[in-house]
Amino acid sequence: MTDQTPALRLEGIVKAFPGVRALDNVSFAVMPGEVHALMGENGAGKSTLMKVLGGIHQPNEGQIIVGEVPTVMTSPLQAKSKGIVFIHQELSLAEELSVAENIYLGELPLKSFGRVDWAKLYAQTNAILEKLKVGFNAKTRVGDLSIANQQMVEIARALTVEAKAVIFDEPTASLTDAEKVVLFDVIADLKSQGVGIIYISHRMEEIFKITDRISVLRDGQYQGTVVTAETDEEGVTQMMIGRKLDLSRAAVTHELGDIALEVRDLSCGKLFENVSFQVRRGEVLGFYGLVGAGRTEIAETLFGLRNPSGGTIHLDGNEIRINSPADAIAMGISLVPEDRKGQGLVLGMNCRDNMTLPQVSDLTAGPFVAEGAEIAIFDQYRDKLDIRTPGWKQTVGNLSGGNQQKIVIGKWLSMHPNVLIVDEPTRGIDVGSKSEIHNLIRELAAQGYAVIVISSEMPEVLHVSDRIVAMYSGKVMRTFTSEEVTEDNLIQAISGITPANKVA
Amino acid sequence: MQAGKMTPFIKTGAIWAFVVLELIFFSVAGEFLSLSDKAFMDLDNMLLLLKQSAPIGIIAMGMTIIMINGNIDLSVGAIFALAAVILLDSMSWAIFAGLGDWVIPVSWALALLTGVVLGAVNGLIVWKTGVDAFIVTLGSMLGFRGLVFMYNGENPTSELNWTLVDFAEAQFLGLHTATWFLAAVTLVIWYVMTKTVHGRNAYAIGNNREAAVNAGIRVGPHMMINFMIIGFLAALSAVVFYSESGSVNPNDGQLYELWVITAVVLGGTKLTGGAGSIVGTLGGVLAIQLLRKGLGHIGADTETVNLVIGLILIAVLFLDRQLNLKGKEELKT
Repeated sequence: MTDQTPALRLEGIVKAFPGVRALDNVSFAVMPGEVHALMGENGAGKSTLMKVLGGIHQPNEGQIIVGEVPTVMTSPLQAKSKGIVFIHQELSLAEELSVAENIYLGELPLKSFGRVDWAKLYAQTNAILEKLKVGFNAKTRVGDLSIANQQMVEIARALTVEAKAVIFDEPTASLTDAEKVVLFDVIADLKSQGVGIIYISHRMEEIFKITDRISVLRDGQYQGTVVTAETDEEGVTQMMIGRKLDLSRAAVTHELGDIALEVRDLSCGKLFENVSFQVRRGEVLGFYGLVGAGRTEIAETLFGLRNPSGGTIHLDGNEIRINSPADAIAMGISLVPEDRKGQGLVLGMNCRDNMTLPQVSDLTAGPFVAEGAEIAIFDQYRDKLDIRTPGWKQTVGNLSGGNQQKIVIGKWLSMHPNVLIVDEPTRGIDVGSKSEIHNLIRELAAQGYAVIVISSEMPEVLHVSDRIVAMYSGKVMRTFTSEEVTEDNLIQAISGITPANKVA
Repeated sequence: MQAGKMTPFIKTGAIWAFVVLELIFFSVAGEFLSLSDKAFMDLDNMLLLLKQSAPIGIIAMGMTIIMINGNIDLSVGAIFALAAVILLDSMSWAIFAGLGDWVIPVSWALALLTGVVLGAVNGLIVWKTGVDAFIVTLGSMLGFRGLVFMYNGENPTSELNWTLVDFAEAQFLGLHTATWFLAAVTLVIWYVMTKTVHGRNAYAIGNNREAAVNAGIRVGPHMMINFMIIGFLAALSAVVFYSESGSVNPNDGQLYELWVITAVVLGGTKLTGGAGSIVGTLGGVLAIQLLRKGLGHIGADTETVNLVIGLILIAVLFLDRQLNLKGKEELKT
């Protein structure tokens, strides 16, 4: 591999912003036909590096070499014309337009007088889609496609040029396991055609499954490149955070309390049917299943965002009805939502105001908000949860993902809830903060909170849960205790292989 | 880092810097171009300017809340006119004949009540139907204006009460009655937005409605209250203005909504909601009034004034966008 010319090479890239060296002498090379992982915690400089590659930022020093030609990138479009293509984490597609129009957006084939050559457009698009072996055609409206298929459209867009290097930025963040398999096939296909691939992801299993080499960034510094087959998760993690990470199962050291929440035969149309479970105080109940299995919908129903079509909810033994989030909060049921930025935080507001948002109407002195009381609450939970921020005046949008998540958790803890539901606790959060959030969840259980954790990551759900509810297509397949559960039987259950078992 | 800290200061301070710039410009230009030999920055002229800012300014404070909350109200001009008609007409109603000058507070209360009720109608429709406030108030703008014409046809409604005129023209500590109203409204609304739960929640709803709902905030009632506040303030603006003039034409207050929105946007409040400041809006109101008065002072006609204000609005928003873009770039490190 070493005697070949790299598809893309970075040499001594330095990018400084006022007060911070975001990239400090970063060099690495992607060979043709290689899947090269780029790893690092959030803020390590991965996104800055990508922006330098895409010409959004100009490096202060160093050069980008495509094939053998040193190239100055001026824009993502220009980078694409040089064969460097980006598949972004957040999709940027026009939902109302067809697949073909999206793929050739800005580059539609034209006839005379600026008319679009539709026949040519559809023919070209279908040729690309055939290569990707997808189940939709050029005329499909993009808004009608699943997230995974929309990502395929992004990839198809990349294939309209003779790509030398394709950069995938967290491509599997919103994909189900089955959809991931399709994506990995596409990547393998690109690889066999001699395209160099940069694969950015936080997910270790994927990295070890599909990549050939791994380069690591830490605090803008290049930490080195290792051959994937010669290292393991621990080794990479150590490179990323400079210390070891403990992902072993935490032993239960505390007694469980009474049943806090019990759900009997809860249904919500076709989203989920006849779901029953109970959570005790001091217990973490995990929910595992594929995207679309109905887990988030159950959480939304418990939080009053959806009306159940049947079944009952019992809190401390009494049947309750929850019609709105305000009801749920009043009864001590809290939800840390899946989409932190969209549903959990008011990004434009400061840390303190976000933390006290649900209870600010109780923190008043006369007609005015008692700011002193608010600051006291913020300080208390900043210390308790180790939230790293320059102060309460900091705008929440400027914090890292891990600290943002702690603000959302602190928001509910400060109200001493009966039940805390955490949906995807570590989505988009870097490795170091991940284990902090996991420890926090275990600690909350130890303090006597009843916690429900919904996760799409198996190591996470195995790590934090005392019991695990496996869901498949809106139904509870089986509830495992931590002694019973293995990776194999959990996967079988969520794939619908096990016949529905007796529910605990 | 330095620039990052500077940006909020520039953003809130920019409109006031612009106000100062205008003062200097018109003072200097006035020396050469003005036909009057009075200086632009003459005390009486400045006091008059504050007084003339009041009608738009009082409504603009309400519009700031509405826009921070993520809505907009296009019906304020029509509410203004209808409240004025109620104010002046009710003074001559037979049932109030025995009240003497005590009819004044009664008519005021009726006019203000009209504003609150019309605002509540807007708010209720936005809340209960979920239709966008832009559409709802576009409809009510036409509807309320229709009510004004139904009241008295094309004819003006007039009622001159000299006690009232004396009160409206009075000066206390140098400032006119209208100026005092503007100052009081500004202060109260500033307190509401920065110190109360309602203000806090209004910001949260405008910034991220879904997160606000997930925090248990009941969005509808907050929006309704804000529409009632702006209705009240549109009526208050009419009360202050027509107490003095004593005659309202059915077309009065037209385009007020646009002047008000211009002032609010100049003051840094986002059209998309979630950000904005009362102090900024006050700056925006003064900036517009200064422009109108200043351009008049140096001999420009009304058409020119509108053209210049339009251009400046676009230029200011363009500059603001540039500043914001720069700030964001630096944050992304």
